[in-house]
Amino acid sequence: MTQTDTGPGAPAEADARLKLSAAAGYADVPLAEKERLFDEVRADPRFGDYLYGCYECGICVAVCPSARFYDFSPRRIAQAAAREDAELVYQQMVEDIWECSQCFSCVRCPRGNNPGGLVTIMREVAINNGLASAKEALVGYSRIIYKIMSTGTQVSPDMLQEDAFPDWGPETADVSVNLDLWRRALPPETLHTTNTGWKVADSTLIELYLIWLHTGALDMIADVDPSLHAILTEVMEERLEEEGIEI
Amino acid sequence: MTTIPVEEVLRKKQTFERGDEDRRSLIDPRAELLALEAEGELVVQRIDREAVSVATKYGREKRIQKAHLWHHKSCGQCGHIPGYSTSIFWVMRKLGYDYHDPQDQTSCTAWNYYASATSNSAAQAAVAVRNFAAARETGYFPLIHCGTSYGHYKEVREELIRHPELRDEVRKIMARLGKELVLPEEIVHYSEWFYAMRHEIAAKAVRDVSGVVATVHPACHYYKLVEGDAIYDPDIYGGQRTAVVTGLAQALGAEVRSYSTWFDCCGFGFRHILVQRDFTRSFATLRKIEVMKAEADPDVVLTHDTGCVTTLDKSQFAAQAHQRNVGVAVLSDAQFAALAMGAHPYKVCQLHWHSADYRPLLEKMGIDHEQAWAEFQADIKRLENGEKRYLDWDDVDA
Repeated sequence: MTQTDTGPGAPAEADARLKLSAAAGYADVPLAEKERLFDEVRADPRFGDYLYGCYECGICVAVCPSARFYDFSPRRIAQAAAREDAELVYQQMVEDIWECSQCFSCVRCPRGNNPGGLVTIMREVAINNGLASAKEALVGYSRIIYKIMSTGTQVSPDMLQEDAFPDWGPETADVSVNLDLWRRALPPETLHTTNTGWKVADSTLIELYLIWLHTGALDMIADVDPSLHAILTEVMEERLEEEGIEI
Repeated sequence: MTTIPVEEVLRKKQTFERGDEDRRSLIDPRAELLALEAEGELVVQRIDREAVSVATKYGREKRIQKAHLWHHKSCGQCGHIPGYSTSIFWVMRKLGYDYHDPQDQTSCTAWNYYASATSNSAAQAAVAVRNFAAARETGYFPLIHCGTSYGHYKEVREELIRHPELRDEVRKIMARLGKELVLPEEIVHYSEWFYAMRHEIAAKAVRDVSGVVATVHPACHYYKLVEGDAIYDPDIYGGQRTAVVTGLAQALGAEVRSYSTWFDCCGFGFRHILVQRDFTRSFATLRKIEVMKAEADPDVVLTHDTGCVTTLDKSQFAAQAHQRNVGVAVLSDAQFAALAMGAHPYKVCQLHWHSADYRPLLEKMGIDHEQAWAEFQADIKRLENGEKRYLDWDDVDA
């Protein structure tokens, strides 16, 4: 796996607010590297399913929630990919892609483009190559990846802590204080858990671990979060070893 | 003098041609699955019980199996708004339809995928197929609780149909798990079941909701992702919006009012709701709740996805501190239907896990929430003093 820790290193006189290559230091990254990353994006089998060109009609921007609150444009995503503009695609992988809401409102595109899907692919390439934007995007997110990969459910009742969700109102504290009792008051037997969404069978979890290992999904985080990767690897290998399963 | 690089322009223009194969959403994924099964590429789990036929966006008929269903639960519902899941089960029980609530089920893991991209097509497809294979082993037909799971599984189905190399990879992984590459004949969201069953549900209603005004937020991943599979009905919004949720609310007798930003997402954002909530709060209140309040003045916002209920419900608290025009109950269609059918607001619908004030809605539905809370507290006392370890279905209807 190639290490490409090449985030924007803005020159002292540059205006970092501008999304311009010259100001943001993108010119320092060799074109060949940008083209290599774009080739990875283009090599994804879904790329051809998601891109058919662009009228520049702007429908995708009009319906995009992220375009309302960020300097983000699904039209630019489709345009850059269609023009095979490796420079702009690289800039988007550094600055734009983590602003997308992944709601897929943009698939309203009359040409059948899927800019949100292109963003998904670009994010995967950013993660696989350890780009600085990917590391930054995952700050504060590690516990979620740990939860989903190690337990099979993404969010759990015990995540509802007042300090984690102070903006969700006093009811969050009520849930936290009464968690065990309120979970035991739920009539479905599978929901009596506090550290997972529901009770996942041990055999099911082992199958999930094998999927993460055999598809390379676990190794995707090796560069962006080496500590988390090490912890998850140990958790999974230990569990599989207990079951006598060789990887 | 300016020279136009014509050859370069023409070369780029070629990328704007669609080519021979139109790879947008498949018109009839069911037919594609059956064709692949005939070639020995995969196994299709059939609908094998009584089913209701409904119409999808482009007119394809979709069948919704009524009973003997395998509940593919939602991590966000079960974890943070458990009355959502409990209400789905309760309504099914009240209608007398059997189901299976499995432990042999993982999350679809799509929330994480759309948030962090720390996964890939093969892993996502393998997770989906493992769950579908587990369902088939029980003989129950899968019913998907989460809108994102539903949308993502439809994406996975498209990818598996289109890309033989992905099928090969997933088949190999499944073989290591002792399973086959299984997909169901139809991918069905629970809100489609509620829509299909709406008249049976309405026939069992015991509470009058005719005075209730609702606005509906249709979930993006239900009807935007692989859009052709979503249910549309010419009698609801003239067939111009999905018919689920609205069809149910109207069948129950509620008044559904429209609002201008119905197409907007809720603001969930996947990663934003967890680590960038300033965006989520702003979008949910400014583009959804405040617009609904100004244009429709609803008693309740009804929606049909994990993230949408969470976002629209939880985002109102901070806005209230700034005296914004917010403050409306947010429920899933399943919780609303359960309440109409007489479900307990706390023992079944678990409204104490919600943040926005739902009490005015309960009063409008003729429910004494103070008495209901006292009843729930009495049950909690039984757990505290060790009389019971867990409450069960008999307790919630006591």
